[in-house]
Amino acid sequence: MAGITLRSFQFRREREATWRELDLMVAEVERRSLRALSADQLLRLPMLYRATLSSLSVARSISLDRNLLDYLESLSKRAYFCVYGTRTGAHDAAWQFLSRRFPQLMRRARWHVAMAALFVLLGMATGWLMTAGEPDLFYSFVPETVAQDRGPASTTAALRAVLYSGGDDAGTALHTFASFLFTNNARIGILAFALGFALGVPTLFLLFANGLTLGAFAALYQSRGLSIEFWAWVLPHGITELLAVVLCGGAGLLLADAIVFPGRHTRLETLAIRGRSAAALVIGAVALFFVAALIEGLFRQLVHSVPLRYAVAAASAALWIGYFTLWGRGRADDTDRHR
Amino acid sequence: MTPTGTADAVPVRRGGRLEREIVTPDGVPLHMTLADRGHRASAFVIDMVILAATLLALSLMLVIAGTDVLRESWILSFFLLAAFFLRNFYFAVFELRWQGATLGKRVVGLRVIDRHGGRLEADAVLARNFMREIEVFLPLTLAAMAQVEDTSDRWLVMPALVWASLFLLMPFFNRDNLRVGDMVAGTWVVIAPKAMLLPDLVDPAGPQPGQAADSPAYRFTPAQLDAYGAFELQTLEGVLRRKGSPTYDEIEAEVCRRIRRKIGWDAQNPPPDAGPFLDDFYAALRAHLEGRLLMGKRRENKYDR
Repeated sequence: MAGITLRSFQFRREREATWRELDLMVAEVERRSLRALSADQLLRLPMLYRATLSSLSVARSISLDRNLLDYLESLSKRAYFCVYGTRTGAHDAAWQFLSRRFPQLMRRARWHVAMAALFVLLGMATGWLMTAGEPDLFYSFVPETVAQDRGPASTTAALRAVLYSGGDDAGTALHTFASFLFTNNARIGILAFALGFALGVPTLFLLFANGLTLGAFAALYQSRGLSIEFWAWVLPHGITELLAVVLCGGAGLLLADAIVFPGRHTRLETLAIRGRSAAALVIGAVALFFVAALIEGLFRQLVHSVPLRYAVAAASAALWIGYFTLWGRGRADDTDRHR
Repeated sequence: MTPTGTADAVPVRRGGRLEREIVTPDGVPLHMTLADRGHRASAFVIDMVILAATLLALSLMLVIAGTDVLRESWILSFFLLAAFFLRNFYFAVFELRWQGATLGKRVVGLRVIDRHGGRLEADAVLARNFMREIEVFLPLTLAAMAQVEDTSDRWLVMPALVWASLFLLMPFFNRDNLRVGDMVAGTWVVIAPKAMLLPDLVDPAGPQPGQAADSPAYRFTPAQLDAYGAFELQTLEGVLRRKGSPTYDEIEAEVCRRIRRKIGWDAQNPPPDAGPFLDDFYAALRAHLEGRLLMGKRRENKYDR
């Protein structure tokens, strides 16, 4: 026999240039990123990838050269990571998310979100009723870090002063206050989501406890006849913030639901499908927390007019209701693009 | 049929405990090797060290900033936001930018992939990294509390710590070494592939000129070539590719002796020169087996009839 007539050898000789070209490109992407490639190369990448995949298929059926098979499989995998790795183009993705997917996901998860809202409301009602009956319970419901010396023992004047503090206070700058609020709240929101994995019970507890605190405060201020001013203080940012809390809670309940009631697929499959949608909801909620922190940290500290505060609260409520009920309708449903 | 014999030159690949197959959207199956827990733990530790070092550097900045109230407040804001984004988005941003690898994963050689072979979506990356809140930060917080709290509260904190640690230890409770984040996101962490294309052993212009030339010095009958299958061929390939290693001459002589005995070479021919004999035998065997492969007859190993 003549050594050169081996088909696998000829095959390799004809295709090798393609593989080498892809190899160089992939190495460049691995070393830097997809952006390191020129427009020309970006066009060629999927083509070379498909050619190499077909080479792999052919090689598997005609070649017994182990090194060649290993190399082709490895190159195919590396190219696969480049071609089917994460998508770049953050601007498009963000816009598409906000204009379509986020409101669609919210509507899809409405019952879970409603359940989360119910637990916050239950907590508020419980906190309010119990603190109204027995003021000292305020200390059990409100953590010291949140109370900041406010309580049934404070004078009415002191309680009122808190509602109109800020602005002239040089001690902490407003942006620092806002940053603190955002990072702290968003962290708790993400925790509420993640705890959904523990069958959702800790998530519900977290939501309930948040409600308790708010209810206890409401009862305290009501006992001093400051209700109207108190809600003017809470609602401008509170509507957005509570919505974000409830969204994170709802996302956590989605996880719990997938584990407890997996439905048609296996538990792991269902969890993977729902988990991705739920995470998308959470990233939307993080954006809401950011907006809420801006309102709380800047607007509330600077604007002390009660009607204006209510106006902002009403505007934010109208905005979110409109956004979540009307946006992204009539366009292709984008919530379940993973199978 | 499991092939016996030494196979150290060709690592056993298929069917291992950590081998998984995905089918790409183009319909071609690829074999992935799941990362073991040790590799994943070391990648994670590297990432955490980088995180901690960055935070420490930021804190130092805060201290050095001094007492100027205005400037200090801006730096404090920056610090708060930076700490938040590092904690919650460091992993996600790197995995998004680097096709599923953080710095630590890159050092160790790991990658995140979609379990079904699809594109690794941003949702999945976010989902798997949000779960670190209960996998890592919750146990850490509780552990810190267990150190600080007085003894009465410790009875509450300790069970909570044990409970939270279950999330951290999840990779030990399933076959795929999935952590909670992988479950929620539908991802696998696999070993990043590495392989070099070496010259074809039957290439006449190869590193050893003359090998497997147009007219081989040794010729074999079809009956002699029927003694072996693909597994033995690839084992021989592994041996030949080690040419130049210190003990190569002994191995070569031993392999040559066994093949001669197996195919009954010495009955009709004079004793051959080991090097060219193996090269020619490899070329002839490969041509023979690949010829049968073309006809749809794949012979796995010498027991496969």
